[in-house]
Amino acid sequence: MSHPKREPLPIRALRSVGELALFFVRVLAHCVPALARPRLIVHQIYNAGARSLSIVMLSGLFVGMVLGLQGFDLLQRFGSEDALGIAAALSLLKELGPVVTALLFAGRAGTALTSEIGLMRATDQITAMQMMAVDAMRYVVVPRFLGGVVAMPLLVAMFNIVGLFGAQLVGVQLLGVDTGAFWSQMQGSVELNDVWEGIVKSGVFGLACSLIAVHSGYTAEPTAEGVGLATTRTVVASSVLVLLLDYVLTAFFL
Amino acid sequence: MRATRTLEVGTGLFVLLGFAALFFLTTQLPTSGLRLGGVSPGYRVTAEFDNVGDLRTGSPVTMAGVRIGEVEAISFDSQSYKAVASLRIDPQFDQIPDDSDASVQTQGLLGGKYIGIGPGGSDTYLADGGRIELTQSALVLENLVNRLFASLVSSDRDASDTEETSGDGEQ
Repeated sequence: MSHPKREPLPIRALRSVGELALFFVRVLAHCVPALARPRLIVHQIYNAGARSLSIVMLSGLFVGMVLGLQGFDLLQRFGSEDALGIAAALSLLKELGPVVTALLFAGRAGTALTSEIGLMRATDQITAMQMMAVDAMRYVVVPRFLGGVVAMPLLVAMFNIVGLFGAQLVGVQLLGVDTGAFWSQMQGSVELNDVWEGIVKSGVFGLACSLIAVHSGYTAEPTAEGVGLATTRTVVASSVLVLLLDYVLTAFFL
Repeated sequence: MRATRTLEVGTGLFVLLGFAALFFLTTQLPTSGLRLGGVSPGYRVTAEFDNVGDLRTGSPVTMAGVRIGEVEAISFDSQSYKAVASLRIDPQFDQIPDDSDASVQTQGLLGGKYIGIGPGGSDTYLADGGRIELTQSALVLENLVNRLFASLVSSDRDASDTEETSGDGEQ
């Protein structure tokens, strides 16, 4: 940690992955004792979830509307505009919902978590806690992690609902796809497995984004510059990891 | 204290909304889901088909290309070995002659199936619980292709037969 710049890049990369994995194990070990203070977790669900709701729903609406337009244009070439419901539902449930919400979550909630914990470290609050024998992992890090993990699938579900509404708005109200065909074809082709895939993805993304956010905040250099760098790292690392995990999970489910 | 109260109410609302959304996604979208929703207005008529193809509940019922209702249920009659489609017609279309015919048609080349109703000439109209007698089944593409091939093969054979006979005639 003292001279990170002198190490060659592969070693540094390996070390940061190992560090993150060890941190994950530490967080998991503190999860059960942290449940004794549910109020702290509720507070973090509010911070990570409820306060991201407006941006997630607004984005969901526009993503759904674009999906309606693009899907209609594509399906019209095959004369099967009625399949718009299937196209919109499947792309939202399986891909766009979890991925776009995770990217928004990393930008909106992840950065807030990182800078909050980083500033607590920079202003010696975490050191003060340790001096009073208060476990910072248990009272600061783990509630924020759990809050993010709980909030993410719920945000994704709401993104999907609003997205479907947006696709319906454009497809049915604007472009004249039949309402009955839109819904019945969708209900005829969406399997419970497809919904399940989206839920699993959103759970994994929530875990990854929250872990990276609290980790880079907790290990930030205790300076103004260090907190800024840690925040940037959160967004970049979460986004790349989400897209990578998305491929792995998709391959797994197919 | 007031701040924590709004926080808790906000969180509760968020979690509740989230689970409502999850519930909707898991029950309303998939094929295997429950179907909620009240009784829609309109009247119901039934029609028996030899084959409904991939007609589904919710598929449109049209007359002259205009949507007048939807397929509410599809069941199988084990006595007549036919598919019974229950159609809900919107209340404003209450002047459909009772000798009208219903046929299962396809939207576009790959589109979904729908029921088209062609008007008859009777003076009495279909009412709630009525039955459409004249029906035409779905056009199943595979059957059509099979029949086409069969007729091609047999016409080939006919052609070669006639060639042979004509050859015989020349001799």
